[in-house]
Amino acid sequence: MEAVNISMQEFAPRLETPSRKWYLWVAMLSIISLVGIYALVMQIVKGQVITGMRDNAVWGIYTANFVFFMGLSYAGALVSCAAQLLRIKWIKPLVRMAELLTVSSLIVGAPFILFCLGRLDRIHYLFIYGRIQSPITWDVIAISTDLVFCIAFLYFTNIRDFARLRDYPNLKVAPWRKKLYTFLALNYRGTPEQKKYLHQAHDIMAAIIIPTAIIAYSLLSLIFSMSLRPGWHSTIFSPYFVVTAGYSGIALLIVIMWIYRKTHKLEKYITILHFNYLGFGLILLTFIYAYFSFSEYFSDWYNQTQAYSLLLEKFFDFNQFAWLSLFHVVFAIVVPIIVLGFPWLRTVKNVTLVALFIVIALWVKRYLIVVPTLETPFIPIQDVRPEYVKYSISWVEWALSISGIAVIVLIFTIGSKISPIIPVSEVADVQNLEKPEILFKTKGE
Amino acid sequence: MEKQEEPSNNRRRFLKGTITLGAAAIATGAGTVFGNREESTPAPKTEKVKVLTTDGKVIEIDRPVDQCKIDPCVPPIGKEARQGIPGRSFVMVIDLARCKNARKCIEGCQEGHNLSPDQEWMKVYLMKDNPDGEPYWLPRNCFHCDNPPCVKVCPVGATFKRQDNLVLVDNNLCIGCKFCVVACPYSVRIFNWKTPPASDVPHEQYSPEVSLPAQIGTVSKCDFCADRAREGKLPYCAVSCPMGAIYYGDKNEDTVFNGSETVRFSEIIKDRAGYRYREELGTKPNVYYLPPVNKMFDYESGLSDLSEEKQKVYDEIRNSKNGNHK
Repeated sequence: MEAVNISMQEFAPRLETPSRKWYLWVAMLSIISLVGIYALVMQIVKGQVITGMRDNAVWGIYTANFVFFMGLSYAGALVSCAAQLLRIKWIKPLVRMAELLTVSSLIVGAPFILFCLGRLDRIHYLFIYGRIQSPITWDVIAISTDLVFCIAFLYFTNIRDFARLRDYPNLKVAPWRKKLYTFLALNYRGTPEQKKYLHQAHDIMAAIIIPTAIIAYSLLSLIFSMSLRPGWHSTIFSPYFVVTAGYSGIALLIVIMWIYRKTHKLEKYITILHFNYLGFGLILLTFIYAYFSFSEYFSDWYNQTQAYSLLLEKFFDFNQFAWLSLFHVVFAIVVPIIVLGFPWLRTVKNVTLVALFIVIALWVKRYLIVVPTLETPFIPIQDVRPEYVKYSISWVEWALSISGIAVIVLIFTIGSKISPIIPVSEVADVQNLEKPEILFKTKGE
Repeated sequence: MEKQEEPSNNRRRFLKGTITLGAAAIATGAGTVFGNREESTPAPKTEKVKVLTTDGKVIEIDRPVDQCKIDPCVPPIGKEARQGIPGRSFVMVIDLARCKNARKCIEGCQEGHNLSPDQEWMKVYLMKDNPDGEPYWLPRNCFHCDNPPCVKVCPVGATFKRQDNLVLVDNNLCIGCKFCVVACPYSVRIFNWKTPPASDVPHEQYSPEVSLPAQIGTVSKCDFCADRAREGKLPYCAVSCPMGAIYYGDKNEDTVFNGSETVRFSEIIKDRAGYRYREELGTKPNVYYLPPVNKMFDYESGLSDLSEEKQKVYDEIRNSKNGNHK
């Protein structure tokens, strides 16, 4: 990446006292989040009878959302940590967005599995009586570890910017925020020793987070693949989930990048080059995802065991899930290959639009993982209670899902007010052509 | 408590008000299943109870003594309930040749466990194993597997396996994650989506063996009526079945009893080619089925009592060319 002139001067005004529009935006997001909280309270008061979940489909979009949001978090971790470890310069301007995406989607995603709980008042039992044999316990451990690491990494990469903000003269912010920057900067003065330690801390955290995120996401898939059910009981599920996670996360990162580029006028930092590189990453992931999807279904389709063929038929039945699976295949595989594959279609707008549809299609995919399998048990459903057979999403579940998205946007909105969305110090490193030490050195002969 | 028309849902006072003769026969005959190993018969109480005679008269007799067959008679509470009754190995044998979808087992179970009408621990399915196969009725309760997938996945140990074969749920521990519902390949477990019907068993006396009172937001399922076994009684489903299709007993004693006849468990499994449902899943169930050969009833007789709407549910299976499911 070409060196660009960057200084806090450009970004400081954006962090200063927010405009009225900004407050309105935050108020709107908060109201949407409050609707979700209201829905949750109703669910706790009235019981899960007000959700669409019933005895066959005991899990619904809460579980789909859980998997979806956790997946988004994975890509952020991967991008920012890989950039750190491999010393990739061009990613630097995206690092903060990626980390905010990781942390916000983890914060929003993890509670979704808790919304499935019938007894939220006993949530502490998970720690008091936790059994290590249960995949849910594995998830609790893995996700909380991942969350702590990712928040730590986000903070580490912010320290130098906090120090710059602390030292920035005439920063027009409330006194408490100045104090906050002073506190958060941890007396970082940029001495060679401090630089060295901070750099090492970055490397260590990055090296820990990549495997942690892979483990967390693999364990997530085990909630499904440890069951005997058709469509879930699959050995490929862990890598498949990891790939899907990376795919959806990179796609959303492109969308976020585009939004910030437009709204914050960041064309200088987020260039066409970023769309090129991430677009290339996206089409690579499209092929890998297509390959995994094909592998996942092919052998089972070929064998046609009873339980599995029943499930597969539902994906081709337009009264069941055919519309959704068609949407998924078209927008997660076919359209990306066409649009990203042909140079004359590959514009910034098109890449972003395709990325947005990939995110939606991959949410649909999570729905298609959770619900059809639950509706296809080994013993046929012969329930005389028709409402107990088909899952349909209730307003409570929609409200909570939409407020989940609102909270992520809210975290981004507030996060980019606290520190610059482009990591000034890290980009400045590139500008000053500071060459970091190579991480993986081989000794000469 | 909601007023119920049914005589009682208190599990320990089974004989209250009028009872059928069949049930009376069982209450006295059940002793043949559970041998009184530990000689600890409690002092007999003299209590009068009304019964119906064969000629339709209601008479009052001494209440049959609640003979404790297994000590202690009172179902254990808390940690003790997780141990199981020493030396017991509860097992069930269901004779598919006798089932005609009378659905009495479901009703008996619902009444006994104070379940709401939309909660069925016991279910009866119409199965058709292959395109040319004759459909048959399959009563299905919890199989109390020896390798239970539900127990493995429970994050808090609310569901557990006992040494007497039972798989039970402690609804004081259950956090309602429903992972066990998902893990069970037999769709056995149900969830209390709304507030369950009130029960006259106080909360402090809750025992996983009795499963009462139920709690909202927790999972429940067939408990194999271990509390009744303690009193030498058959489970509600077995008692209620008019065909005597359900045998219950102790594998260690090698006897199972359906209310009118006691048979050797090993012999009936050998002679009648007993099998376990979906053995290939490796769950090792403790419920055995006797194949539906030489059926006592045509499967269609099981449809006659159903409403047209309910009959429609089964039409697809009956007319299917591909075996059950369709």
